[in-house]
Amino acid sequence: MADYKIHLLVCGGTGCKSSESQILAEHLRNEIGNQGLKDYAQVVGTGCFGFCEKGPIVKIIPDNTFYTQVKPEDAKEIVEEHIVKGRKVSRLLYKDPKTEKIITDSKGMEFYKKQVRIALRNCGVIDPENIEEYIARDGYSALGKVLTSMTPEETIEIIKKSGLRGRGGAGFPTGLKWEITRQSPGKEKYVVCNADEGDPGAFMDRSILEGDPHSVIEAMAINGFCTGASNGLVYIRAEYPLAIDRLKNAIDQARHYGLLGEKIFGTDFCFDITLRYGAGAFVCGEETALIHSMEGGRGEPTMKPPFPSVKGYLGKPTNVNNVETFASVPVIINKGFEWYSSIGTEKSKGTKVFALAGKVNNVGLIEVPMGITLREVIFEIGGGIKNGKKFKGVQIGGPSGGCLTHKHLDVPIDYESLVAAGAMMGSGGMIIMDEDDCMVDVAKYFLDFTVDESCGKCTPCRVGNKRMHELLVNITKGNGTKDDIDRLMNLGNVIRDTSLCMLGQSAPNPVLSIIDNFREEYEAHIAEKKCPSGVCKALMIYEIVPENCVGCTACARACPVGAITGERKEIHRIDPSLCIKCGACMDRCKFNAVIVN
Amino acid sequence: MDKIRNLADLRELKDKLQSKTKLRDKSETPEQMVQIKVAMATCCIASGSRETMNYIVDELDKRNIDAVVTQTGCMGYCYAEPTVEVILPGKEPMVFGYVDSRKADEIIEKYIKGGMLVEGIIPVNYKKID
Ligand SMILES: Cc1cc2nc3c(=O)[nH]c(=O)nc-3n(C[C@H](O)[C@H](O)[C@H](O)COP(=O)(O)O)c2cc1C
Ligand code: FES
Repeated sequence: MADYKIHLLVCGGTGCKSSESQILAEHLRNEIGNQGLKDYAQVVGTGCFGFCEKGPIVKIIPDNTFYTQVKPEDAKEIVEEHIVKGRKVSRLLYKDPKTEKIITDSKGMEFYKKQVRIALRNCGVIDPENIEEYIARDGYSALGKVLTSMTPEETIEIIKKSGLRGRGGAGFPTGLKWEITRQSPGKEKYVVCNADEGDPGAFMDRSILEGDPHSVIEAMAINGFCTGASNGLVYIRAEYPLAIDRLKNAIDQARHYGLLGEKIFGTDFCFDITLRYGAGAFVCGEETALIHSMEGGRGEPTMKPPFPSVKGYLGKPTNVNNVETFASVPVIINKGFEWYSSIGTEKSKGTKVFALAGKVNNVGLIEVPMGITLREVIFEIGGGIKNGKKFKGVQIGGPSGGCLTHKHLDVPIDYESLVAAGAMMGSGGMIIMDEDDCMVDVAKYFLDFTVDESCGKCTPCRVGNKRMHELLVNITKGNGTKDDIDRLMNLGNVIRDTSLCMLGQSAPNPVLSIIDNFREEYEAHIAEKKCPSGVCKALMIYEIVPENCVGCTACARACPVGAITGERKEIHRIDPSLCIKCGACMDRCKFNAVIVN
Repeated sequence: MDKIRNLADLRELKDKLQSKTKLRDKSETPEQMVQIKVAMATCCIASGSRETMNYIVDELDKRNIDAVVTQTGCMGYCYAEPTVEVILPGKEPMVFGYVDSRKADEIIEKYIKGGMLVEGIIPVNYKKID
């Protein structure tokens, strides 16, 4: 059979799937069948394109047409117009929000221009449920190469020289970790893939597993060869059903092709992978807690050392790496360490995947070379702030990271520079905030999360963070005192220094970095009892401007708690002790007489 | 499907499968490739452009020429259909008219492979605005 001349890539990532992309793919297939073009055009379900903001996405190859927000009803028009007649359906094309220009070719999109896709190389390009598409794009050739023509030491040397560092947060040199695991004595060793991904708003690892599961399987096998392990475990959260399905399917296919199991590539190397499900606790992403959870114990961290590479799962040497770290490995072997280390900065090589969230135009998944600036990510790839608002801050590294501001926009994104600026790389969550966000509230939000997720084992984290949280709640309610900022700082520093694991040690980071960068907002809440962004409800006072009030009684009728009094044609008044700050009066007033202070 | 027992098996399988996704790689760098656009509106299809397109795609494959073939709307030269536009890397687009499989063969051999002009060029008298 001849090859298809047109490929319709339909995104099957979680984002697009939830807006009916599967039904859409079905409709497209039917329409193509109806037109008698079955052997001519092929519909492929792929992983995430990263442009989830405007999903479902359909990309047409070879002309790179990028259709956004496509509904199942649009299938007929796409096939009849584009596939049959070669006319693009312009109403579905992407429009650049800044220039209002219709973009016919995905290469013209700002979103993709500065991206370098290595870990995401196959996401949105291949069908993740079909191992043949992975093999067609060099899949498993790295495994074949190391098994048949290299020693474990040589392989580890390549990873070391590539400069790859852990993408799970800490940035530990990957080659070195592999070497330590290799050198740890023991017949039985394990390879663990950390797919817990507990960072709120992050979905890098999920997208890789959904879009290109074989890259992780291949890398785990390579790691097994290097470290001397023949068992792999993927610890994945049960809330990722699609990723689990695709991974399971991929493991089955790999076994079927003899790429997992006994005597892989005709050598004596045996390797297989099983899945372990996490119940979604943030702390279980921490490697020691993760191992205890896999052993059937409580998901609580223990002191390091011993590191898992020395004493891990069932007490055996265990190499724990993150999904994205693994996904980068096969390409490094295929293309060489020189190529990989030519991307990035001196100490941070390669690329990093980020999940852009919050108030940017292009919410989605991106992969950028290390060393790119925050400005480029937020204003070029991200397309700037939504609704033309002003940029205020960006939280990097999730609840363990820090919040950066205007003055950091030109900071290059690499492990060291981010730490120096007061944030951290973390696993890749990037939440952008605009002028309407209250930074004290943001700090409270993240602390809320860590307090909830603390396992409770050590006191500084369990009690200390709770106290910090109480102080923040007080401040947002207008009950803060002058010394609160100092108290937060002292407490934060103690927690940082004395908690057992990084969860506790990093929990105060958002609060402290916001004190550093947005101290005036804390002060406004404390001294003036005001929330400058109008977020903290308790600090808002609704008032009626007497000059504007005509006494129409509309507000009084709208108020659900009867807090507004006043006769017809007379000036009305809001009783602050009754007001619940719902804003109904303000919405109703036609004379702009209701204001918030 | 048989198991992959050694590296040669994997290579063989890859070679067999590669063409299935090659189109997606090619579309990444269209400017470095020979680009061929076949006009494919109702009028063109009626004049046989689908056959022309299939012929071109198959022949390019057989003759091992890397090119991206796409279809486009009617180019407006309905009198000369099927019409085909060819862009060689770094060159101005050329539009050929009355392209049946014989003409297509000539275009591939002489213009695409050898860079020689062949008869049947339609002078382009407009500029596109992007
Ligand atoms: C509270 C906490 C949560 C973590 N969550 C994750 C996670 O979800 N995924 C991950 O890969 N690493 C997570 N880590 C980091 C792991 O402990 C470990 O460093 C990492 O999996 C090692 O892989 P890498 O070297 O490839 O980054 C977390 C660490 C802490 C302290
Ligand atoms: S899920 Fe479709 S683009 Fe991300």
